[in-house]
Amino acid sequence: MDFIRITKRSDLPRSKEIIITILAVAMSIVFAGIILAVFGLNPFEIFREIIMGSVGTEMRIKQTIVKAVPLIITSMGIIVAFKMKFWNIGAEGQITMGALGAAWVAINLHGTLPQPALLLLMMAAAAICGGIWAFIPAVFKAKLGTNETIFTLMLNYVAIKFVTYLQYGPWRDPGAKGFPRIETFSQDAVLPSLGGVHTGWIIAVLATVFVYFFMKSTKLGYEIAVVGESIETARYAGMNISKIIIAAMLISGGLCGITGMIQASAVEKTLVYGIANNYGFTAIITAWLSKLKAGYALLVCVAFAMLMQGGDYIQIAMGVSSTVSDIVQGLILFFILGSEFFLRYKVHLGRAVEKEVA
Amino acid sequence: MKKVLVVMLAVIMAFAFTACGGDEESSDAGKVGAIYIGNINDGGFTQGMHEALEKSSEENGLELLYKENVSDSDAQAIRDAATNFIDEGCTIIVGCSYGFGETLDELANSGDYDDITFLHFSGLFQNETNMENFFGSMDEARYLSGMAAAATSESGVLGYVAAYPLPEVQIGINSFTLGAQAVDPDVEVRVIYINTWGDAELERTAAEQLISAGCDVLTYHADSTATQLAAADAGVYTTGWNYRNNAAGDYYITAPYWDMSAYFTPTFEAILDGSFKPTGNQPFSSYGSMESGMICIDDFGPAVPEDAVEQINAVKEQMENGEFSVFSGEIMYADGTVLCEEGQTLTVEEIWNINKEIEGVISTSN
Repeated sequence: MDFIRITKRSDLPRSKEIIITILAVAMSIVFAGIILAVFGLNPFEIFREIIMGSVGTEMRIKQTIVKAVPLIITSMGIIVAFKMKFWNIGAEGQITMGALGAAWVAINLHGTLPQPALLLLMMAAAAICGGIWAFIPAVFKAKLGTNETIFTLMLNYVAIKFVTYLQYGPWRDPGAKGFPRIETFSQDAVLPSLGGVHTGWIIAVLATVFVYFFMKSTKLGYEIAVVGESIETARYAGMNISKIIIAAMLISGGLCGITGMIQASAVEKTLVYGIANNYGFTAIITAWLSKLKAGYALLVCVAFAMLMQGGDYIQIAMGVSSTVSDIVQGLILFFILGSEFFLRYKVHLGRAVEKEVA
Repeated sequence: MKKVLVVMLAVIMAFAFTACGGDEESSDAGKVGAIYIGNINDGGFTQGMHEALEKSSEENGLELLYKENVSDSDAQAIRDAATNFIDEGCTIIVGCSYGFGETLDELANSGDYDDITFLHFSGLFQNETNMENFFGSMDEARYLSGMAAAATSESGVLGYVAAYPLPEVQIGINSFTLGAQAVDPDVEVRVIYINTWGDAELERTAAEQLISAGCDVLTYHADSTATQLAAADAGVYTTGWNYRNNAAGDYYITAPYWDMSAYFTPTFEAILDGSFKPTGNQPFSSYGSMESGMICIDDFGPAVPEDAVEQINAVKEQMENGEFSVFSGEIMYADGTVLCEEGQTLTVEEIWNINKEIEGVISTSN
């Protein structure tokens, strides 16, 4: 009887999927264009500048890559958890804790080890700290069935506030004359560059390859997917579900922790409480948009990094307020995520549907 | 999802192609790139900076580009802004917050940007060729505003919303207090540190705390006008800060503020004609004053008694002639140690070693 009825799609022809997606992208551009026009800006020029701002010169391409690196590695971490339908919203905190682990090594052990060993140790510390931060909610989920979404989300704030405390308190650099900052890493704790961009990009590529093969070809990867599809099936198959959840989250948190190490070592060259910089949340979107597939995630993250860099750029080149570029980004996300709904569900309009029921 | 990506990429490519069609127009005018911590219409620090930069750029035939809301604890955002500016043809980069210093210093000394001049407000960094830090003797205007505050106050308790416990902020607090003590030796100055340069909500909360602690005149070292608004709402008096902007009506008594164009105009001129060179003076390469026109005090509001205005203007005149030093004679820190001895006048370098509040100040941190 309802005028609008929504049903789940059983299958969706490829052609329709393409049409819906094209519509979503087109709508986001049209709406963003209208908003820009309302602000008195020429939308064509803005879109052009966003593209040029992200890939127009060698320097801009480098900046786009620098922004893509943390997104890619974090997305890989999130994919491993999400495949299991373990909603790890805690990447932000895992990045922060990873950065904390790396910073501890960098500050306390620099000068005592050769640079490659120091960097590897920083990375290991970061993976362990990020892993621990994911391990805590994983154990509670596996043993007590707690809600991992809230748990991981709240741990973000614990991590960020803890680093804030260190930055304003015990780790404050006395040389900064009262400014609340942690000391800058010595040069041997900074990731070297290759091809004009810090070597984090190599780690990002390696992480993608790792997650791709891990999910596709390993026993644990397969078990994670089975747990995600159906816990019952996994149980019947005799899998140790607690163990799988904990192992998957250690990997997920470990990857996010490595993001933290890269950001602290190569980008900030110190630890700051804002080190995760929302990458942990943006990566949820990129992981989701890529349908939890490592290869696609790489591309989606690059596209997102272009949008971020292009958005930064239009403010500088065209004097567009930063809020405008945020609106454009928000609209594009809104429509592309919104289109997911139409990919999964069917909307029936009008009363004609009753026939279908009968 | 593969299709989605194909389509997305196709759309992106389509835009890229149309993009290639139009050449980016290039103008002959030199460009200045300014990195701001806040918004250009914040009614305070960033707006003051922006208006001065617009004025000085125009006077020198330069085009001004800017980026707002760059966090001073986000090195990547700072580096991005600076390199984007340089890529866009800027030859002068202006960093308008203390925390940008380290990143700008790294760029200036990297060897990649030797032909770019970096000008940094406050902070600790300068080099011999292309990076200069600049500031000014804001203690002068703070002192005058302290005189006005004490003359207006009935309770003898003044409130100070302060950013970080840094020399820059503590110099302001101490000079404000010295000015207030010159009018009322028993005055008490209560300080709350909010540990950020600007967060309207935290600023307001601190202001309200001070009002409820009995302060009847407020002043602040933070970027927004939240303190003014809180004061006006509660019916107590307030100064402005940074920028000439009365947001409190009749409750506004005056404001210590910057006229940064007094620095930017001649500096841009020197950069353009090739004569620019950092001075090597410590702690700042360039240090403006009331005498140079960089440090200013706004007109006084109706609440300031007339005889006090006369007294303040007399001191102001001495400052404008370079005849008045705020930190002179016996001054004790609140913890009982000596800041300045009888008969001594602090040098600029000594002033910038201040790292505590003086006697008469009670401070807490939020």
